[in-house]
Amino acid sequence: MKFFVCCKQVPDVAMAFQIKDGELQKDDLNYVLNAYDASAIEESLVIQSNVSELDLSLVLIGAEKGKEALRKGLAMGAKEAFHIEGDAFEGSDSHSAANVLEAFFKDKDYDAILCGKQSQDMDMGLTSGLLAQKLSIPYVTNAVALKVNEEAKTITVTRQGDEGQEMIELPFPCIVSCSNDMNEPRIPSLRGIMQSKKKPMNKIGVADLGLSEDQVGKSGSKSTLLSMDFPKARKAGEKFQGDADELVSTLIDKLTNEAKVL
Amino acid sequence: MSKILVIADQKQNKLKKSTLEVLSEAKKLADKSGLALEAVILGEAIADEAKVLAHYGVSKVYTIENSIFKNYLNQPYIDGIKKAIEASSPRLVLVPTCESVKDYLPGLVGATNACGVMDCSSVDIDGNTVSIERPLMAAKAVSKMQSSDDLIILSIRSGSFDAVEADTSLSCDIESIDLGTLDIKAIFKELISAQSDRVSLDDASVVVACGRGVKDKAGFELIEKLADVFGAAVGSTRALVENGVAEASLQVGQTGKVVSPDLYIAIGISGAVQHTAGMSNSKVIVAINKDEEAPIFALADYGLVGDLFDIVPKLTEAVKELKS
Repeated sequence: MKFFVCCKQVPDVAMAFQIKDGELQKDDLNYVLNAYDASAIEESLVIQSNVSELDLSLVLIGAEKGKEALRKGLAMGAKEAFHIEGDAFEGSDSHSAANVLEAFFKDKDYDAILCGKQSQDMDMGLTSGLLAQKLSIPYVTNAVALKVNEEAKTITVTRQGDEGQEMIELPFPCIVSCSNDMNEPRIPSLRGIMQSKKKPMNKIGVADLGLSEDQVGKSGSKSTLLSMDFPKARKAGEKFQGDADELVSTLIDKLTNEAKVL
Repeated sequence: MSKILVIADQKQNKLKKSTLEVLSEAKKLADKSGLALEAVILGEAIADEAKVLAHYGVSKVYTIENSIFKNYLNQPYIDGIKKAIEASSPRLVLVPTCESVKDYLPGLVGATNACGVMDCSSVDIDGNTVSIERPLMAAKAVSKMQSSDDLIILSIRSGSFDAVEADTSLSCDIESIDLGTLDIKAIFKELISAQSDRVSLDDASVVVACGRGVKDKAGFELIEKLADVFGAAVGSTRALVENGVAEASLQVGQTGKVVSPDLYIAIGISGAVQHTAGMSNSKVIVAINKDEEAPIFALADYGLVGDLFDIVPKLTEAVKELKS
């Protein structure tokens, strides 16, 4: 079998960041492999250990430093990486990213494409479904468990839905977007890191994909990000200390007479 | 710009609160810009809900009734709503975010070659341009976006708008759309759900949520008891889902549900952004935590510093007394 995982390198959102004149200050940011993508890689590696043969490749659109995220995925255990790189790809929205990935996958053989369910910086979650539509293959998002049937060429996806967990079977080829609730991604071993340096890292440019510059990046986008700001902070209210009886009667009083929600 | 189309969502024959919020805002936008407001609703049996949509100022409702909607798969929604979009030919499509919408909307956006933006917290129309605000960076930042695409499909974050009162004197045209023959490659196997009589997180006006502080199942039961006297939904942090104390469907936060009840009681929750991203829009927030420095207190209207195991049972008794 042949699996691909689509990866993104994102700013570490757990860290503090600055916004100046409506723009995120990128120099201070620490970039990491998108956590949801790491879960997709981990799940592929778990599947790999349970089937006769699974070949795992990674693909990433992004700046030169994006190779660090790919290198991490290779160190975890993927076989090969494709880095779609160039200034033209800057400022992509989901639509333009899906255009690029469609061009990349058009002449590739694959049984499944796994993605993170969203990127941690944008929290959009559109690319996997858009790509599936472009490639005319079925997809399921927000997977929390996967089971592959090698002979039947199907994958059973358990997704977190509105009313509980939904089990859905997809035939190959298909796309599955993964939640970080499905596993705990492995930390690359020293050996894995050493081996990753010898694994193929294929660079791909706009022309290699048969695309023109106006189909990718900002020009290929359907929406424009104008500016960023910090949200209006909620004001901290009152804090009460004391014994439990006092606290409870104070709260009941406040909720009844002040907030009027009881 | 011609029309706004709202994709309505119902549960057990009742329009969801989030749908009413989106309808109310869509009506405001439509009136302001002189656009017609239409809606589409899909389900097994939805004739009654279709009529209720009129009470919110919808001039035409497209209904897509089919037994296939018994179990969730994305393809029937993509095919059905695409037909409704072709029939209505709107410029702007609005839909309240939920897990199913997050799943089918990307496919719908692709199938209609639209511009899609997920989880918007504000929408405005100015001439040919639609302006959007939405949270990003784990809801630690807000972005302003714009699109002038021919068809713009937006999912709306719950609690972004207030629902108006229904005007039951209103009625509207209803047009049924036939789903036709479907080519569905996915097969629905099973729904694994922890059936609960409690109100669902999406619709609850009170949410009682807990985090690592409740420690175990016994602690979690104290929270359930409090929720029951309030008639509230139970929410949880990711930590409690991971250690098996809480069901995954109860998770509130960046990777779980986004809720905005009238009252959110956060118990034994420290207040990491991954959690607060899902609840900071709540109208009134109460925090109960023994750590005086817990970040959750910075969001809380009322903070109780103390041991939840002392406070929660007493609060349960007090609320029970009040309600009886």
